[in-house]
Amino acid sequence: MSNVFIAFQANEESRPLVDAIVADNPEAQVVYSPGLVKIDAPNRLVVKRETIEEIIGRKYDLQELQINLVTLSGNLDEDDDEFVLSWKH
Amino acid sequence: MDKRVEKKKLDLASRYQALTQDLQWDTSYQPTEKVFPYARYEGIRVNDWSQWQDPFKMTLDVWWRQQSEKDRRLYAVLDAFAQNNGQIGVSDARYVNAVKLVLQAFAPLKYAMHRALAHSARNLPGDAARIAAQIQATEQLRHSQLTLHAASVYNKYFNGMHAAPRWFEQAWYLAPVKSFADDIASAGPFELMVAISFGFETLLSDTLYVPFMSAAAHNGDLSTVPVGFSSQSDTTRHKQASIATVKFLLQQDALNVATVQRWVDKWFWRSFRLMPLVAMLQDYMVPKRVGSWKESWDTFVEAPIDALFEELAPYGLKKPAGWQAACAAKDHLSHQAWNAFYGYGHALAFHTWVPGHDELEWLDRKYPNSFDRWYRPRLTHYAQLEAAGKRFHNHALPMQCQVCQQPMMFTEPGDGRWIAYRETKHEAESFHFCSDQCQTIFSNEPEKYLQAQLPSHAILQGSQGEGFEDALQASIANVGVVIGRDNGEFHGSEDDTNFTQWGGGQDMKEAQL
Amino acid sequence: MSSIDLQAKEIKPARNTFTHVAKHIGGDKPATRYQEATLGLQPTQNFHYRPTWDPQHEIYDASRSAIKLADWYVLKDPRQYYYANWTITRARQHEAVEANYSFVDSRGLLSRMTDEVRESACKVLMPLRHVAWAGNMNNTFICAYGYGTAITAACNFHAMDHLGIAQYLTRFGLAADDPSVLDAGKNDWLNDPRWQVLRRLVEDTLVMKDPVEMFVAQNLALDGLLYPLIYGSFVDEHLTLKGGTAVAMLTSFMPEWHDECARWVDAVVKACAAESDENKQIVTGWIQAWADRVQAGLAPVAEIALGEHGQEALAEVRSAFNARVAKIGITL
Repeated sequence: MSNVFIAFQANEESRPLVDAIVADNPEAQVVYSPGLVKIDAPNRLVVKRETIEEIIGRKYDLQELQINLVTLSGNLDEDDDEFVLSWKH
Repeated sequence: MDKRVEKKKLDLASRYQALTQDLQWDTSYQPTEKVFPYARYEGIRVNDWSQWQDPFKMTLDVWWRQQSEKDRRLYAVLDAFAQNNGQIGVSDARYVNAVKLVLQAFAPLKYAMHRALAHSARNLPGDAARIAAQIQATEQLRHSQLTLHAASVYNKYFNGMHAAPRWFEQAWYLAPVKSFADDIASAGPFELMVAISFGFETLLSDTLYVPFMSAAAHNGDLSTVPVGFSSQSDTTRHKQASIATVKFLLQQDALNVATVQRWVDKWFWRSFRLMPLVAMLQDYMVPKRVGSWKESWDTFVEAPIDALFEELAPYGLKKPAGWQAACAAKDHLSHQAWNAFYGYGHALAFHTWVPGHDELEWLDRKYPNSFDRWYRPRLTHYAQLEAAGKRFHNHALPMQCQVCQQPMMFTEPGDGRWIAYRETKHEAESFHFCSDQCQTIFSNEPEKYLQAQLPSHAILQGSQGEGFEDALQASIANVGVVIGRDNGEFHGSEDDTNFTQWGGGQDMKEAQL
Repeated sequence: MSSIDLQAKEIKPARNTFTHVAKHIGGDKPATRYQEATLGLQPTQNFHYRPTWDPQHEIYDASRSAIKLADWYVLKDPRQYYYANWTITRARQHEAVEANYSFVDSRGLLSRMTDEVRESACKVLMPLRHVAWAGNMNNTFICAYGYGTAITAACNFHAMDHLGIAQYLTRFGLAADDPSVLDAGKNDWLNDPRWQVLRRLVEDTLVMKDPVEMFVAQNLALDGLLYPLIYGSFVDEHLTLKGGTAVAMLTSFMPEWHDECARWVDAVVKACAAESDENKQIVTGWIQAWADRVQAGLAPVAEIALGEHGQEALAEVRSAFNARVAKIGITL
């Protein structure tokens, strides 16, 4: 079992992304360092468009998360509704 | 007459498919071999290019929109930084030497990657792979231009940046980066994709663009930080595409496995041999520290790459040959690098210094296995020499590794008493290496690596440095480094006195996290 | 370290710009972002290895071209594009395209077009997806093998623009008709005799080796005749008169882009030719040869587009082209 992670610039715009990820991934751990917020999860992490939309109160295109994204680790699967990081092993 | 019914909005995958596939055609007036002349010479076999899938599936309109959003914000920050004398808001002027090294080494490396990727972008026969390479090529240009723009303000007020491209071409201590850049640029279209986006970006780039950038934020560098983070968001896509590329090559033909493994071994190690610079940036050159190089290695290299190679094992790929040696070096790399650079402080284009007491304590806390035993005594000794007016300068011309061109400063894995030396005789000439891995790289392509112009050799053939402290210092003075202004001891330098005069700096209490 | 000081300190810069930039702009003066991101950026010497894919040359090698320049940075881009302002400009232009799509959709302008106009538009525009694809490949070539950041960075952007255009054409096809129209266009490109002269010449450009000749052939001769014919004579002057305004709206990016880029293309060619009589002779020969070939390749395409008026329109376009190059000092 290995961790996957995703990291964003720590700012107002990424806050709802972090909240959505924490809500949808109960085992996720959030780590802050200056300018950066990183979220680790064991083996799988999902970012759901719907959850983000609930939080921000407007439509959200998942591709928008690229704007504040810094880095990630894991296999990426993306469609219009979900952005999933996972290891298959 | 209306032929079509109300159209459903295409989903991400279908939209991408419609807008990128099938623009290419099989040429008939000119043979394919002439249109793609470099498709075969590396020995890679591809049977079905349609299997190469871009994980991000971005069309140009989306790309333009997203990237312009990022750059609008970023340049607003750069403008504000310039307008508000942001350069005096950094923690202390020693920090600026980190910016200098990033500008001298990594901006030109990005430029070299940009041009090299254009070569792949023209020559890989698969259309989707070519588009991905083109986007990567353009984004590497973006990164180098962003770094220049971020450094532009610093260049106006601090030394050690004004002739950075020239120093990259010719300064001895940047030869490891230049030879890496040239190695990529001279490689074939398949190898350089693996080298750049898998070797450098996937395996190692996070250490420079994530924790170091966080440290930059902690030191008040509002200019470089968004550049670094925003650049890395592009690199994330490159990394994912490169993993897809590696899997694709491994699956296309069993004969590709050995070649890809050799490339992974070579480029992991060549990239790792750039890490001394990154390690010392993080452990020595940021006055307010966020985490150690060792911690960055654990978080951003050891754990994720371990997981990645477990994922790739079913495809036949093994961890890079130098993996153990690289992990074993995490307790030593930054210290060995700073030790070497400190001693050559008279022949660089940035300042060096002995860390202060609190900083030494931090280094000890972070490196309980190595710092007190191997490195603190040296630094303490240097501080004493400095106090006695005899600041240490190493006047011995460095012996450089034929492949990575680093000075021989790395110890044998597992034994800190011995500098690692390897030697190979090739056609009656002796070649020297810093490690087993560099020696292996040479033995796989001797005709390539014996071409290299080692600075030490050129210096030995030239003048002995009359009028300078030594020939090494003369060699950098010859390329526009102003001795004593662009380099030398930090304390008492023009950067130092200017910064104090300007009232620059931050409260250094609780400086180390 | 920091003290509260009520008197504002004067913080004077030690220099205005980088040394290598100052060298190109006549001294240490304030430099633009374009200048700092472009001038003197490409390494010129001390290469450690020869390209394994071309050991006859260095990694960056001006001798790949017959054109000789004392300073390759005379090929400056009057638009002064570096990555950020290029991408921001294109994003803004794309918003205009999206607005046009919304407008056309909301008023059903495409469905109101006659089949004749729809088919005519697709017949002409769909094969051009492949011409744009070649433009993408050729400009990538110049970025890879050209000399100096001024020309190579600009051609990188130009390559991406061509891909953008290929995607706009594809999108138009999907909006105007069903996906089979893309296959039909490819089939015409490969098999319809009226496209073969053009396709042959395009394939010949794909195997050229001189990056500056590539620039002249692709960006001046080919695009310089193609775009005015297709988006001027055909879309603007012909289709719109027959109720095809939607076509003009949905392809509006292309003529605007062409006009914007023409300034840059002209500046580059002018600078090459102005350097020496030898260069001027070489450039003139290239333009003459390629413009003639392109004109011959477009003759049957002009007929598809404009029927009996095709040759007249093409002759006008050629005439305007000759006037354009005369303005930059080239007499054909």
